[in-house]
Parts: sequence; structure tokens; C-alpha cells
Amino acid sequence: MEKLINDFSYGLFFWQTLLFIALLFLLRKYAWKPILNAINEREEGIKKALDEAENARKEMQNLTADNERILKEARIQRDSLLKEAREMKESMISEAKNEAQQQAQKVIDQAKSSIEAEKQAAIVDLKNQVAELSIGIAEKVVKSELADKNKQVKLVEEMLKEITIR
Amino acid sequence: MYKRNLVKTLTLLLLVVTFSVNAQHEPATKVHEEQTSTKKDYKTEIKEEIRHHVKDSYYFDFNSNSETGEHHGFSLPVILIDDGLKVFMSSKFEHGEAVAEAGGNYYKLYHNKIYKTDATGKLSFDEHHHPTNIKPLDFSITKSVFSIIIVSLFVFLVFTSLAKSYAKNGSIPKGIGRFFEPLVIYIRDEIAIPSIGHKHYKKYMSFLLTVFFFIWFSNLIGITPFGMNITGNLAVTAALAFLTFLITQFTSNANYWKHIFWMPGVPIPMKIILAPIELLGVFIKPFALMMRLYANIFAGHIVIYSILGLLFVFKSYIGGSLSFGLALVISILELLVAILQAYIFTMLSALYFGFASEEHEPEHHE
Repeated sequence: MEKLINDFSYGLFFWQTLLFIALLFLLRKYAWKPILNAINEREEGIKKALDEAENARKEMQNLTADNERILKEARIQRDSLLKEAREMKESMISEAKNEAQQQAQKVIDQAKSSIEAEKQAAIVDLKNQVAELSIGIAEKVVKSELADKNKQVKLVEEMLKEITIR
Repeated sequence: MYKRNLVKTLTLLLLVVTFSVNAQHEPATKVHEEQTSTKKDYKTEIKEEIRHHVKDSYYFDFNSNSETGEHHGFSLPVILIDDGLKVFMSSKFEHGEAVAEAGGNYYKLYHNKIYKTDATGKLSFDEHHHPTNIKPLDFSITKSVFSIIIVSLFVFLVFTSLAKSYAKNGSIPKGIGRFFEPLVIYIRDEIAIPSIGHKHYKKYMSFLLTVFFFIWFSNLIGITPFGMNITGNLAVTAALAFLTFLITQFTSNANYWKHIFWMPGVPIPMKIILAPIELLGVFIKPFALMMRLYANIFAGHIVIYSILGLLFVFKSYIGGSLSFGLALVISILELLVAILQAYIFTMLSALYFGFASEEHEPEHHE
């Protein structure tokens, strides 16, 4: 211990302290501050980049979810549209059928009634012609019949027989 | 001192192992006898070498030869405060051979210490063979100070280049910064934030980072063959621990002092007993920091040097390769110790700062 104290060099202690403090301040200014700042900056940059990547990933996820939702909606819409269209088509067809049937019925009915009317007219005409013909025949018959006096009397008598007084 | 015992036992162990190997290996005992004298010389030389290495020096020597007195290296400036500032190069001492004259005063280098002498360089000794001459106030740029400057420059260059690479490269480090940036983040996330908390950690970051990288690089440069020894100097670790102590005290809040003088949540007699213990702890904590780092690095240097020294003591292939292998293993261990000690110093400093700036009492958290 005595030897240690004896050998202790105050000059060396002085120089070591002085040089070390000088080194400390020089390094602090020219090395440690820029180095630590650069490391900090880099670490923060990495952290920021990671955060951003995470955010982007989340956004991406949201986006895909959105897309899927939209796609699903679109599909549903399409289906409903198709269904509507089908229904419309069917209803249109059936309506058209109905209308056509009605129209046809109407035409048939009209034709029927006109045929009936024609028929009636023809019957009336025929009746009239028959009546005229029969009158003409009757006239001729009567003329021929009434050419003989006996026959006239006989006829009157017959007719009188037919007519009864009530 | 106990470190030295450890070294002794380690060395002894090695001696036993290697001698037993040697005994089988060497055919003639005569040769063995002849070598004992030179072996002793080697041992003292190695001891001397180790002592010189772990001590601070006024020269930056890569290599020296004790026989010829040759030194390969360069001298460093000596700065003394003794009747004003005296500055001269250490080459004036001629490795203790000559008396250096500066501004009318005479100085002599004796056992790596500067003493004030007269013009002839006469030293007077006491009964323990210690010189009694006055030691002037010494602020020399010694080998350790020089190494500190080199390490500081290195740390500064590495981390300013890392800081610049962010601006150039779009907040991504380039080159060597790729290796150091995770360490900076580790100190922030695993040392500073858990020990101090999110709220206060920022103001301590500069100190923690600087202290970590300074100690680590200092420890590493200590393992290089240049023979620098920074963190194995008590003065260096004392200065670092002193700064931790100052920062702890000056950033402390009322809660910290309340925990020291009037510990909450314990009965009053305990509070009275705890107060002096806690107060003592304030000083023991940085003291332990200082001793831990110093002892670990100092011991590591001595162990490596001793084992390498064995290479020259046993001039046999087996002994040599054994000590080489052991030195290699210990060197690898020292690489681990280098970063471990830097980590421990930083971690404990952060913990002390955490105590100083803690706001809530722990009971409120649970």
C-alpha cells in the first residue's frame, strides 16, 4: 500500500483528468450527439414506417371488406333485378294473352251477333218473299177458282163454316 | 500486493511443470549446472524488465539492452513546476546517466523518478535506500500520458468518422462504424437506460460512452507489443473513478442524500447505524472502481510478461513452447478482460449515476 501511494503519479493523474475531460467534451460535440441523434432518428423512422405499414395493412383490410360488401350488394341487386325482370316478363306475357283472348272473344261475339242479325234479316226477307209468293199464288189460285160460280159459292160456304161467330 | 503473490504462485507452478519436463529432457547434468548462473541473471533481468514496463517512464522505449545500455525509442518532454515552469526533453537525462540543467536548477533521474540535485547530481539516501532529495512537481508528458494522447486521438477519430458517416450515408453507418455502432446502442439500451432510467439517462451518455471506449482501447493498446500501460496505472484509474465520483455527487438529488443519511423504510436505530456505512460507501464505490480496473490490468500485464520471460529462462523447446502457448492463452484472456473491465467500469458508473438521479423510492414501484 505504501508503495502504491509512493508510486502514485500526480502528473499522470492531472494529465489523465485533463485529457479525459477534453476528450469527453470533444466527443460529446463531434461524435456522441450526432451519433445518438442519428440512431434515434433512424429508430423513430423505423417505428414510423412500421406504424405506417400497419395502418396501410388495416386500410387494405377495410378496403377488401368494403369491396366484398359492395360486391355482395351488387350481386343481390342483380338478382333482384333479374327476378323483377322475370316477373315482369311473365306478367306481360300473361296480360298479353288475356287481352288477346278478350279481343278474340269480342271479335267472335261480334261476328256471332252480326251473323245472327244477318240471319234474322234473311229470315225476314225470306218470310216476306214467301208471303208475297204465297199471296201471288193465292191470287192466281183464287182467280182460277173464282172463275166458276159454283165453286165461288162453295168456297164462301166453306169459309163461312170455318168462321164461327162468338 | 496480493496480485504479486498470485503471480509468484503462477510462476512457481510453471517452474515445477517445466522443470519436470526439463529433467527428463536434458541428458547431461553438467550443462544444467553451467546454465544456472545465467538463468539467475535472466531472472533478475526479467524482473527488472517487468518493473520497468508496468511503471511510467520519461522515455518511449520499444526496446532496450541492459548490457550495452542502448535504448531504442524516443524521448518525451519533461515539464516541472519548480520556481516556475521548466520544460526540457527527457534525452537530457541520458537515461539517468547525466544531470539535467533547466533554468538554473539541476535534476537527476533515479529509478524512474526525477529528483532535484546540485550541479554534480549528488543524491542522499535514507536507511531504506530511498533518496531524500526533493521531488519537484512533475507534469511531464510521460510514456503513459503520451499513450493517453494516442488513445484519445484514436477514439476521437473513430467516432467522429462514425458520426460523419451518418450524414453522408443517410443515417446508416459505414465501414468501422458498423462494428462500433451496435456497441454504442448496447451501452445506451443495456447499460444506461436500465441503470439510470429513461428520464435522466441522456445527460450521462457522453461520459459513459467516452469512459467505455477510452478504457477499452487503453486496455487493448496495453496488450500490443509497444509496451504501453495506461489503465495499469493507479493514477489513470484514480482520475477516471474521481470523475465518476464527481459526476455522481454533482448530479445527485435530495432522494439520494436521504437514502444515505436517513434510509427510508427501516427502524430508527438501523437508520443511525446505516448512515455512516452509507456515507463511507459513497467513497468506497469509486475507490473500488479505481482498484478493480488497476489491479486487473496491472496483474494481466505482469502475468503476460512473466510468462514471456520464462521463454528466456528455459531455453528448451518444450519449456519455450509451453510458455509461448500459455502466453498466447493469457493474451486471449486479456482481450476478454480488456472489454470486460471497460464494461464493468461503465456499468458500475451507470449504476452509481442511477442511484444519484433516482426519483421514486422503490416501494412505490411495487
